[in-house]
Amino acid sequence: MSKEHQAGMSLIVKTITRLTVGLILLYGIYILLHGHISPGGGFAGGVIVALSFIHLMLAYGKEMAFKKLSKGAASFLESGGAIMFLLIALSGFSGGYFFLNFINKGEPFRLFSAGIIPLCNIAISFKVGAGLFAIFVALVLLKTNSKEKER
Amino acid sequence: MMLSEQIIPLFVVIPLAGAFLISLLGKKVKLLPDMLGVLAGLILCILSILSVRLYNASGALTYSVGAWRSPIGIEMVLDGLSVFMLVTVNLVAFCIALYAVNYMEKFTAKWKFYTLFLLMLAGMNGVVITGDMFNLFVFLEIAAVASYALVAFGTERQELEAAFKYAVMGTVGSSFILLGIVMLYSYTSTLNMADMNSVLLQKGAGSLILFVSVLFLMGFGLKAALVPFHAWLPDAHPSAPAPISAMLSGVLIKALGVYALARIFYNVLGVSEQLSSILLFLGTLSMVVGGILALGQWDFKRLLAYSSISQVGYIILGLGLGTPLGILGALFHLFNHSVFKSLLFLNSGAVEYATDTRDLRKMGGLSQKMPLTSTTNFLASMSIAGIPPFSGFWSKLLIIVAACRAEKFGYAFWAVLVSILTLAMYLKVIKFAFLGSLKDSLTRVKEVPLFMKLSMAMLALICLVGGVLLLPNLYGAFLQKASQILLLGAEYGAIFIKG
Repeated sequence: MSKEHQAGMSLIVKTITRLTVGLILLYGIYILLHGHISPGGGFAGGVIVALSFIHLMLAYGKEMAFKKLSKGAASFLESGGAIMFLLIALSGFSGGYFFLNFINKGEPFRLFSAGIIPLCNIAISFKVGAGLFAIFVALVLLKTNSKEKER
Repeated sequence: MMLSEQIIPLFVVIPLAGAFLISLLGKKVKLLPDMLGVLAGLILCILSILSVRLYNASGALTYSVGAWRSPIGIEMVLDGLSVFMLVTVNLVAFCIALYAVNYMEKFTAKWKFYTLFLLMLAGMNGVVITGDMFNLFVFLEIAAVASYALVAFGTERQELEAAFKYAVMGTVGSSFILLGIVMLYSYTSTLNMADMNSVLLQKGAGSLILFVSVLFLMGFGLKAALVPFHAWLPDAHPSAPAPISAMLSGVLIKALGVYALARIFYNVLGVSEQLSSILLFLGTLSMVVGGILALGQWDFKRLLAYSSISQVGYIILGLGLGTPLGILGALFHLFNHSVFKSLLFLNSGAVEYATDTRDLRKMGGLSQKMPLTSTTNFLASMSIAGIPPFSGFWSKLLIIVAACRAEKFGYAFWAVLVSILTLAMYLKVIKFAFLGSLKDSLTRVKEVPLFMKLSMAMLALICLVGGVLLLPNLYGAFLQKASQILLLGAEYGAIFIKG
C-alpha cells in the first residue's frame, strides 16, 4: 500500500475524489470567470473552488490538502483578494469616481467584456475561497485539539 | 485644493485598506500594525475635522459610487449629522488606537486586533456616511461581526461566552433590521434614503410602515442597548480588551444604534406621536434601570457598561422629545458620552493593566501610584455625573430644560434623579479605587506607559473644555448643523432630489 492510503477515508472515496476533484476545481473556475454573463460569480465560484480543496481534505486527511494549499497561502490569498478588490475600486479614481467601471466594456455576452466586473469576481473568489477553506481548517484543527485534550 | 466630495469615500477606504494591509503584512513586520493603526486613525480624524469645514463651505454633499446616478446606484451623503458623527467616531477611534499601542502588548496577536479594529471603524464610518438603506445594513454587519470577534479576543471562557451571547442577540437584531429594509423596499421600490423619504411622502404611510417601525425599533434598539434589549451589553462590553470596550461603549452603540435609529425615524419614516412617546418611555426606562443596576456592581468595567445603558437612555429621551432643544441636547450628550465613557473605559483598562484586577474591592489608594489615571478618571466621572463646568453638565442641562419646556415634568424629574444616581456610582468608583489607603498588594503598582497616558490626557482635555461647543461660533458650525438635519424631518428627501 502506498502512503496515501494511511489517512482519510476508504479506497472507494479516494478514487472517486481523485477522479472528480479536478473537475470540481475547473467548474469553480468556469463559474467565476463567467460570472458576468451567466448565473454565478465570484462568491459562488470561490465557494466551489474551496469545496474542491475541502473535498481533498475530507478524503485524504488534512496533510494532503495542506500540501496543495498551505494555511499561510490561504491567509495570504484571503487578504490579497480583499486588497485586490479595493485596488480595483480605487483605480476607479483614475476616471474620477470610486468604483468607476473604467475599462472598456466591450461587446455584451462575450467572455472579455463588462470592464472591471470579471476582475472583481476574481478578487472576490480569492477572498471567499481562501476564507471558506480557512474556516474549515479552523474547525478541523479545533476538533483535533479538543480530542487531544480529552485524552 | 482637493477638498471636495472626493474625500467622502476615503472614510471607508482608508480603514479597509489599513485592515487588509495589516492582515497581509502584519505578521512579518513587527511595527507595522501599530504604525498603520495609529496613522489610519490620525488621517481619519483630520479628514473628519476637515469635513466640518467642507460642509460649512458647501452644504450637503453627495457622492455617487461608481458614477451611477443616485436613486439607482449607492450614494454616500455628507450632511450635518453625518459630519457630526464622523468627528465623534474618528476622534475617539484615534485616541483608542493610540492607547492600544501600549495596552495590547500583553496580548499575543496584535495584528489581528488592529485588523478587526480597523474593520469595525470602516463599518461605523460606512454606516454614518451612506445614503442607502441596504448599504447601511451591510456596513452595520461589518462593524457588528468585527465587534463579535473583538469581544472574544481574550479567548477565555467568560469572554467566549459573552461573545457568543452578543453574536446571537446581535444577529437577531440584524435580521429584524434586514426584514424591515426588505419590507420598506417592497413598499417604496427604492433603497436610497432620500428617495425613499419622498416616495413615502407621496404614498402615505400605511400600516406596513407601523410594522416596519416596530422592527427597526427592536433591531436598532438592540444595537443601542435600550432597556428591554440590553441583556448582551453588560457581558460583552466588560469582556473585551479595554480599548475595544471603550470603542463599543463609546461609539459603536451610538453609530449602529442611536445614529441609525435617529436617521431612519427622523429622516426616512418621519416621527409620529406614538413613536416619540415610545422613545421617551424606553429612554427613561433605560436611564433608570441602567442607573440602578450600575450602583450595585463591584466589577469596574461592568459598572461602566451599565452606566452606558443609562446614558444612552438620556440620548434617546432627548431624541424622543423631538423639540429643537431636545435634539440638540441629545446629540451633544451623544458626543460627550462618547468622549467620557471611552475615557472611563480606558481608565479601567489602565487600572487593570497596572493591578491585574477589575474588582473595586481589591483596589484602593491608587491615586498615589497612578496620578494621571486618577485625575483623568476624576474629570470623566464629574463630567458624566453632570457637574459644572464639565461637558456632561451642559448636555444634561439641555435635555432637562428641553423636557421642562415640552411640559414633560415627569421625565425631567427622572433625568435629574438618574443624574444623582450617576454621581453616586462614580463617587463609589473614586472612593474604592483611587482614594483611601493603599492596599499592601498594590505597593508595586506603576503608572501606565506613555501612549496610554497621552490618549487619556487628550480625552480628558476634551471632557474639560467640551462645553465650548456651545459657544456661538462653534455651535453654528457643528452641533446646530447636525440637529438641523434631524429637525428637517420628513422634508429631508427634498434637499437631495435635484432633478
